[in-house]
Amino acid sequence: MIIKEIIEELKLNQVSGEKDSLKTVNGVYICDLLSWVMANGSKGDIWITVQTHLNIIAVASLLEIPMIIVPESIEIEEETLAKADEENIVVCTSELDSFTLACNLNELGLK
Amino acid sequence: MKLYYDFHIHSALSPCGDEDMTPNNIINMAMLKKLDAIALTDHNIAANCSACTALGRRNGIIVIPGMEVQTKEEVHVLCLFETIEKIEAFGKELNTHFEWLPNREEILGRQLILDEDDRLIGEEKRLLIHSVDLSIYALVELAHHYEGLAIPAHIDKKAFSLISNLGFISPDLNVDALELYKMTTLEKFIGKNPMYKNYRYIFNSDAHYLHDISERDHWLEVEDISIKSIFKALRKSSKGDAK
Repeated sequence: MIIKEIIEELKLNQVSGEKDSLKTVNGVYICDLLSWVMANGSKGDIWITVQTHLNIIAVASLLEIPMIIVPESIEIEEETLAKADEENIVVCTSELDSFTLACNLNELGLK
Repeated sequence: MKLYYDFHIHSALSPCGDEDMTPNNIINMAMLKKLDAIALTDHNIAANCSACTALGRRNGIIVIPGMEVQTKEEVHVLCLFETIEKIEAFGKELNTHFEWLPNREEILGRQLILDEDDRLIGEEKRLLIHSVDLSIYALVELAHHYEGLAIPAHIDKKAFSLISNLGFISPDLNVDALELYKMTTLEKFIGKNPMYKNYRYIFNSDAHYLHDISERDHWLEVEDISIKSIFKALRKSSKGDAK
């Protein structure tokens, strides 16, 4: 599924990676422990996390995760967003919590 | 010369700390174990540090005023200071980043503030085990602002650790040293993580019970047995040798 469609369907607030919105994603992974994500996340996943530290961009880049969604309107540091633009990763925020986001993504057909 | 230490000890003020962890019991146990220096590092608070440092002075053992701060990424960082005045100034500013939530004694235990005679002089009613609203970068900066040391705690553990929570250690994070839990060896850790071989390491007990306090096992190379020399040896710029 194309990132742009997901952003529109879920009414996400895109905060970085504008030019990368046409990339596709094929799954969803939810976890806030970065070492765990490094071990278990997959290429092409949407990653949902409450972490906003700069390291989330490095982890996403390492695993070729094209999109991060930060739930519950958590504010994200400027340097994290700048790094996301540099590494071509789409970061979005949402007022929904992780569970609701996951349910909505599942309804869009993501497994 | 070698200085034997344990820089990560909790008192009865930490909700997870045993009620036997009183200032006198901690100092006496550290003396029995023939340590030269310890640090008192309760969670996000320093209220028992002055009783411990006074007892330390009286008994010829160095007590570094410290705190184990939990950052917003849930990373535990030891913040050590040279004087009570400095840790109090640091603590005052830290408090402005700390949300007031009630402690749940029935689950987490009481949080006791004690004097030099182990008398109860207060109880902390705030929940101490939760995060301050500062990133690890901001916390390291704040500790340095008050001339303290910032040392990520038990980085080899699976919880509340810099590596487990943030995946890896970014070279631009300006920490003074890294703490390994006493069960690991430096060889084992560096064997698995060769990219971190240039950091300075210390080994502490993270004692919550008296019997957990370190034996005379871990030492720093220092110029003399003083708090100044410890800080000099631990600061990144110094050439001290840490084992």
